[in-house]
Amino acid sequence: MATESRKPPEGPPAVELKNVRKVFDSETVALDGVSLAVREGEFFSLLGPSGCGKTTLLRILGGFEVPDAGEVRIAGQDMKDVPPFHRPVNTVFQNYALFPHMNVFDNVAFGLRMKRLPEAQVRRRVEAMLELVQIADLARRRPHELSGGQKQRVALARALVNEPKVLLLDEPLGALDLKLRKELQIELMRLQMELKITFVYVTHDQEEALVMSDRMAVMRDGRIEQIGLPEELYERPRTPFVARFLGTSNLIEGRALEPHAIETPLGPLRVVAELTPGRDYLLSIRPEKLRLSRAPSGGPNEVRARVRDIVYTGAENQYILSAGELELIAYTLNADISEPGYEEYDYGEEVFVRLPPENLVVVGG
Amino acid sequence: MVVPALFMLVASFLQRGPHGTLVGPPTLANYLRFFGLTEAGFDPLYLLILARSVFFALVVTLITLLLGYPLAFAIAQSRHKEALLLLVVLPFWTNFLIRIYAWIVIFQKKGVVNAFLGMLGLDPLTLYPSWFAVYTATVYTYLPFLVLPVFTAVERVDWTLHEAAQDLGAGRFRSFLHAVWPQTLPGVVAGVLLVFIPALGTFVISDLLGAGRVILIGNVIQQQFGVVRDWAFGSAAAYVLMGLVLLGLWLYARRAGEEGLDRLV
Repeated sequence: MATESRKPPEGPPAVELKNVRKVFDSETVALDGVSLAVREGEFFSLLGPSGCGKTTLLRILGGFEVPDAGEVRIAGQDMKDVPPFHRPVNTVFQNYALFPHMNVFDNVAFGLRMKRLPEAQVRRRVEAMLELVQIADLARRRPHELSGGQKQRVALARALVNEPKVLLLDEPLGALDLKLRKELQIELMRLQMELKITFVYVTHDQEEALVMSDRMAVMRDGRIEQIGLPEELYERPRTPFVARFLGTSNLIEGRALEPHAIETPLGPLRVVAELTPGRDYLLSIRPEKLRLSRAPSGGPNEVRARVRDIVYTGAENQYILSAGELELIAYTLNADISEPGYEEYDYGEEVFVRLPPENLVVVGG
Repeated sequence: MVVPALFMLVASFLQRGPHGTLVGPPTLANYLRFFGLTEAGFDPLYLLILARSVFFALVVTLITLLLGYPLAFAIAQSRHKEALLLLVVLPFWTNFLIRIYAWIVIFQKKGVVNAFLGMLGLDPLTLYPSWFAVYTATVYTYLPFLVLPVFTAVERVDWTLHEAAQDLGAGRFRSFLHAVWPQTLPGVVAGVLLVFIPALGTFVISDLLGAGRVILIGNVIQQQFGVVRDWAFGSAAAYVLMGLVLLGLWLYARRAGEEGLDRLV
């Protein structure tokens, strides 16, 4: 399922933003010239820390905020002066925003009734949708009688029943506990594939974005830092911010000696990227890409380090290493001790660390 | 609170003695008289006054709602919320009677309104005494009792529901109707009750601005306790009025179900 959905769908953009700018109270810049295109049928995530502008972007798509400059197109249509109730989108709000005085059925039926569809048709579509999100038995309940996960399903059904061109989701799983969140992540992906509706998904949870998205954008201070496939962003971050925000990263400064060699505090390192000799660069390497060993392996980019701290997380061991004045973090999978090549290291032990050139990524210069 | 009410309940089953004393034996005569069942035959005088009073209170409540609801919204969404709220409660800082007399000054033959009309070259109007003056002053008096609870409800409105409704295709009016109005309903119910019940028993305003020509059930009761000194009949009339209010509340609570009861208290 994952490989299938990861293929970026072809077709015209479902959402297109060009140089969108939004300033609040004439001083707080929420969006600073954002351009992006979301393809039809795509699961697209906007990821970033709070205050990065991702929610503002979503609200602009929903029509709840008006951009100060730039162009917004949804399904090819210019959204200038189009109010929320005339847009081909629906929103799943952060705190669900269910109507407290209506039961689940009426909440889900709301959008169809606003379109004045015949009641028989409303009933049929609402029932089918409740079935799809597996809450058919809750139709007569009021929102206050539901659990967080059930409310989330109602909010989802209420939006999806209108068959929007684009579904906007604002941290929909933010208020749920971890286990339920994982469950609903899978459920959301299933629904998205089944209904083939474009999802624009706002989250600050990097793992959630990596798991669910076809493509994603990392945002910071009202700008997009990088857009791409999840594995692109994780494996090939282009900025130190992306490297650090998506998981953990070892950042190493250095000055290029040759097109493929760079002088760093760890000594000269080989890289795959083409560098300009004499220029300064910032390199990133993921903790799980570091190779530890007791004896030198003879490969390139091998340095000596000392184990300063060990964090046991269950699935992996995290080693905090001192290499000269640099601190490196290395993860090793907590495999069976009898497995060949598996080693555990002790506090204070001297180890060899290899930084494979193909995993050293230039994130700044 | 209970003792005077109990005293009145007892009094309503007694009779008027010499010099306005209360004497036995217990009787239903006061109640029968109120409902027009006298020895001389059916006389609906008091029932008509009661009907007129209910009509009066309904109209006052409706006007207060039409004025007060938007006003409460405007205040809640204004930048100068505190100052405006202060203006709403400011009248409470002056004596009620003085405020009613002020309306006489405004409405009387050579009053403020007619002076203004004169300046425009228009003929003076007879605004005092009149039903118009009584309505105006009553609405003015009870407006804050509606504005304050509605204001509180508006302050607590979850506006994301308004956004959600619009997101689902409701235009601004329908979104208000389905997503905002229901949220303010508890405030509206509280405000309506706070206006309707005292308006139903109004006597000072109708007495002063109606100059004896506007008779409401409140005036009848007050006269029994004052001028006529028939406390027994006055108590009976007061209890009929109270019964009517309680009946109304009970009907409302029953229709709204348990939720309605929650809202009442």
